[in-house]
Amino acid sequence: MTTAAIEFKNVHKSFSRKDGTVQRVLDGVDFAIPTGKTTVIAGGSGQGKSVTLKIILRLMSVDSGEVFVHGREIGGLRGRSLEMLRTQFGVLFQGSALFDSLTVFENVALPLRERTKKSEDEIYEQVNNSLAQFELEGHEAKYPAQLSGGMKKRVGLARAMQLHPSIMLFDEPTTGLDPVMTREIYHLFADTQAEFGFTSVIVSHDIPKVFNLADQVIILNRGVMDVFDSPEEIQWSEKPHVQEFVEMTMGKIYQSQLEEK
Amino acid sequence: MITDFLAKLGNTGLYVLTDLGRMTLFLLQALMGIFRRPFRFRELLRQLRFIGVGSLAVIFFTAISTGMVLGLQGYYSLNKFGAEGMLGSAVSLTLIMELGPVLTALMVAGRAGSAMCAELGIMRISEQIDALDCMAVDPFRYLISPKFMATIISIPLLTALFDVIGIAGGYVAGVGLMDVSPGSYIDGMKTSVTNHDIWLGTVKSCFFALLVVWISCGRGYFVQQIRGAGFGAESVSRVTTQAVVLSSISVLVFDYLLTAVLL
Repeated sequence: MTTAAIEFKNVHKSFSRKDGTVQRVLDGVDFAIPTGKTTVIAGGSGQGKSVTLKIILRLMSVDSGEVFVHGREIGGLRGRSLEMLRTQFGVLFQGSALFDSLTVFENVALPLRERTKKSEDEIYEQVNNSLAQFELEGHEAKYPAQLSGGMKKRVGLARAMQLHPSIMLFDEPTTGLDPVMTREIYHLFADTQAEFGFTSVIVSHDIPKVFNLADQVIILNRGVMDVFDSPEEIQWSEKPHVQEFVEMTMGKIYQSQLEEK
Repeated sequence: MITDFLAKLGNTGLYVLTDLGRMTLFLLQALMGIFRRPFRFRELLRQLRFIGVGSLAVIFFTAISTGMVLGLQGYYSLNKFGAEGMLGSAVSLTLIMELGPVLTALMVAGRAGSAMCAELGIMRISEQIDALDCMAVDPFRYLISPKFMATIISIPLLTALFDVIGIAGGYVAGVGLMDVSPGSYIDGMKTSVTNHDIWLGTVKSCFFALLVVWISCGRGYFVQQIRGAGFGAESVSRVTTQAVVLSSISVLVFDYLLTAVLL
């Protein structure tokens, strides 16, 4: 049996509101993300999708329960062990999170300069190869403020790929992009995953487009997660909130698939 | 009614304690980050240039005007007792022990502290600090500790410069405009200023530097956890204002406390 890349066991997470009440974001959540596959975590705004990503990255701790990455429980990791955990991940943030004061080249080179002992020549070669792969040649000296949304995503993806992560996390990767750029970015994800074979976790509310990439879909609703082995399986669920979700989104999915063809 | 009031009071108390706790941990991590390798020498130089060299003009104008006002006011007061000869002593002691460290720290808090707070706040809300964490790059070593080091180096040096320019300003006002004898101004300064006074001024300036950089960077770093700050760009602007106000008040309060303890 293969170990799941990421596994949640009975995870609870809640936040206190200003009025003193408690908002349960994850309420005893169990799921496993298979190695080498693409899992989409979908759900409405404020349902805890980004919180789930932050828990996986240990940027946030859980109230109770266990989270495993490649079979290792991450709750107690500190210092160097935590650093080692994080080097297994590549993350593409919603707003790309590029460093404003660094050029495109410096942004992509940052993880290599900070996390490896490579020489400047080796870094120069690797970064330039990446920039060529992500069609960013000629933009090396530009600053993030001079780039379009799609280019920022490509720079973010190039930076995330530098340390050859085994798991890629995408947080709302196409927010703010037009449909053409969205399609291009998803093709880029698919091509990159086919080349490097990493596990993908995509958090998105851009459901119709994302479902084309998904091997597994997790729907997050009011702190509870429903796991489906394929996007098609969602249609046959009898749970009311899933049916509601299907009604809201499935029409769009078929429309999106037609557009693709 | 009373229970509501007590609940709010308790909530505020808990918030203050939590905030103090995270700010203390922040200070410890920032100080430890100074000793972590690899050392970011280039970033330290960049910060020294911004915090130190960039503040020279502000310090020059503040110091010269403060020194000249002290010269005129001091002459006016001392003249009533026929003690104009003590002007050099009064100006230099006031500047070295009090006004130099305090005004330098306030100027740096307004100019560089606000910028550091806003920079970190923007980096936090645009997930740049999260991105560093995700790349397993320690944000303290990479971003914050160079700012700490540069501020702790810059403020005492700027204070020394402030003192010298201020004393020169006092000389111009007292000797140049009010006809105080140059010899008595210089002699008064030489005989009254002791090593202890200079040491007191230096200790104060180092302590104020730590306060300014700690509060400015800490507020920016925790921009999303500060009660009432709001969200997005508004939160950064509010927290930046809060950082400057808090730094300034802390400098003034600790000036009294340090004087009381060290004098």
